[in-house]
Amino acid sequence: MSSVVASLAGTVFKVLVGPGDMVSVGQEVVRLESMKMEIPIESETSGRVIEVLVHEGDFVNESDPLLIVE
Amino acid sequence: MTIHHAEKGDRTELTPEELSHKRAEALAGGSRKYHERLAESQKMSVRQRLDLLLDPGYVEDGLFANAMAEDLAADGVATVTGTVNGRTVVVMANDPTIKAGSWGARTVEKILRIQEKALELNCPIFYLVDSAGARITDQVDMFPGRRGAGRIFYNQIKLSGRVPQICLLFGPSAAGGAYIPAFTDVVIMVEGNASMYLGSPRMAEMVIGEKVSLEEMGGARMHCAVSGNGDLLASDEDQAIQWGKRYFSYFPSHYTESPPAVTPRPAGAADWDRMIPANQNVPFDMHQVIFGLVDEDSWFPIKPLFAPEILVGFARLNGEAIAIVANQSKVKGGVLFVDSADKAARFISLADAFNIPLLFLADVPGFMIGTKVERQGIIRHGAKMIAAVSEATVPKISVIVRKAYGAGLYAMAGPAFGADATLALPSAQIAVMGPEAAVNAVYFNKIHELEGAARQQFIQAKQEEYRQDIDIMRLASELIVDEMVQPQHLRHELIQRFHLYRNKTRDFSARRHPVTPV
Repeated sequence: MSSVVASLAGTVFKVLVGPGDMVSVGQEVVRLESMKMEIPIESETSGRVIEVLVHEGDFVNESDPLLIVE
Repeated sequence: MTIHHAEKGDRTELTPEELSHKRAEALAGGSRKYHERLAESQKMSVRQRLDLLLDPGYVEDGLFANAMAEDLAADGVATVTGTVNGRTVVVMANDPTIKAGSWGARTVEKILRIQEKALELNCPIFYLVDSAGARITDQVDMFPGRRGAGRIFYNQIKLSGRVPQICLLFGPSAAGGAYIPAFTDVVIMVEGNASMYLGSPRMAEMVIGEKVSLEEMGGARMHCAVSGNGDLLASDEDQAIQWGKRYFSYFPSHYTESPPAVTPRPAGAADWDRMIPANQNVPFDMHQVIFGLVDEDSWFPIKPLFAPEILVGFARLNGEAIAIVANQSKVKGGVLFVDSADKAARFISLADAFNIPLLFLADVPGFMIGTKVERQGIIRHGAKMIAAVSEATVPKISVIVRKAYGAGLYAMAGPAFGADATLALPSAQIAVMGPEAAVNAVYFNKIHELEGAARQQFIQAKQEEYRQDIDIMRLASELIVDEMVQPQHLRHELIQRFHLYRNKTRDFSARRHPVTPV
């Protein structure tokens, strides 16, 4: 299991996957909004999404886990 | 072997056979066992490394260092003078088959002398590092004195900015030895073999109780992606050597020369109409702009794995070397962080030291805000970058590709920072901050008094007003940007301008040296 983490502090703008979805390396899974920029967050592993830990509009800090991939 | 001296009157003389035997012994380095170990870890011998780096035919000093001792061929380091693609260089190369490349008294003396040769010849120095550090048994002879190991670093600092110092790291660079790479201009590390650390994992466990692998502690990938001590991560020694030569091709031999030019090539294909998203908030890959501007296949990135929200590297524009600093909105929105500011500051100072003109491609939302970066000292790190930009007197052109907000404009060589020209693409937007943030900041109370549709209407109207206020044509009419350029014409414009600016005056300020923010 590994988690996809926020690369910088910001607000969750869009969650692009849900539990059960298969994701691959480099796939955009969450889009943050920070510094008035949309920041794509990509998965660093391939696998199935077990849990999404954030909702749209949530504030996240750098390195906070966004979702868990198995 | 025992040397038999031939009697010749009142003096003794080596026979030619004896001398060539001694020479062969010194050139062979350590015993077969150590050479086999090299091969097992995909390493080359020090002689193979030198042959790949240098043109055929170089001269060597101190080959017979410690020749009277057993198993200390050349005292574990080769110091040679030769040429790379016809240009004179000196090289220091550790021999890992001699006591793991460690330093004895003569090793240190040889390194000092080859550094002094670089000063005298005014030529670049390559450090081919693969060394376990000091020979503790020899410490009094090689560690503390005037010509002890410390003098190596002192000499490096003296050479810094005078001649290029290039480090190819093939193996460990341990403890004090780890400072050799730190004081060079560029560190190319071989993945899996190269490492840098002050204290080994064994020492860390003993002294601070930390259990960690060598790769985690100071591996090549860690240094190239996390600490920033490494510049380029090579997959093998051959690639590291080729990259070292390629890096050098962008550089003059010393600080009073200009970098050599090569035959111009056309730029790569670029779809300028679709490349840059109109919406400032949407990220895109700045590499496309670089490839569309510079001579094909000439982009040579520095620190591509470290703080990738800023791109820095060398390239050629109509055959001439240039140094590029560009914001990469695809990573972390192109926002400037502590590491990105350091990476850029160091690169700008490197390019300026060696007369390589600077091109800035700005698409920057500003420096990151928030508690995390404030605690890391984003202000003093950002100050480093802005100081480096200011002090760079080499021809420098700032192109506003899209947004340039806040201190981001300053860090990217904005109009107040001695840029020879500020050029704007039609997609450019220069402001203290973007329209959304600005309207929210100025009308915060008013916005919160309003509700529903009235609030939205108010915000939209104010944002539109703000956009008109910072319209790029207005900034051109106020002489803030010097010229508006269509992206299709940017390459030609840059070639012309860099050519015209090439003999600019380089004085900045009279003083000993600045008090640099660190």
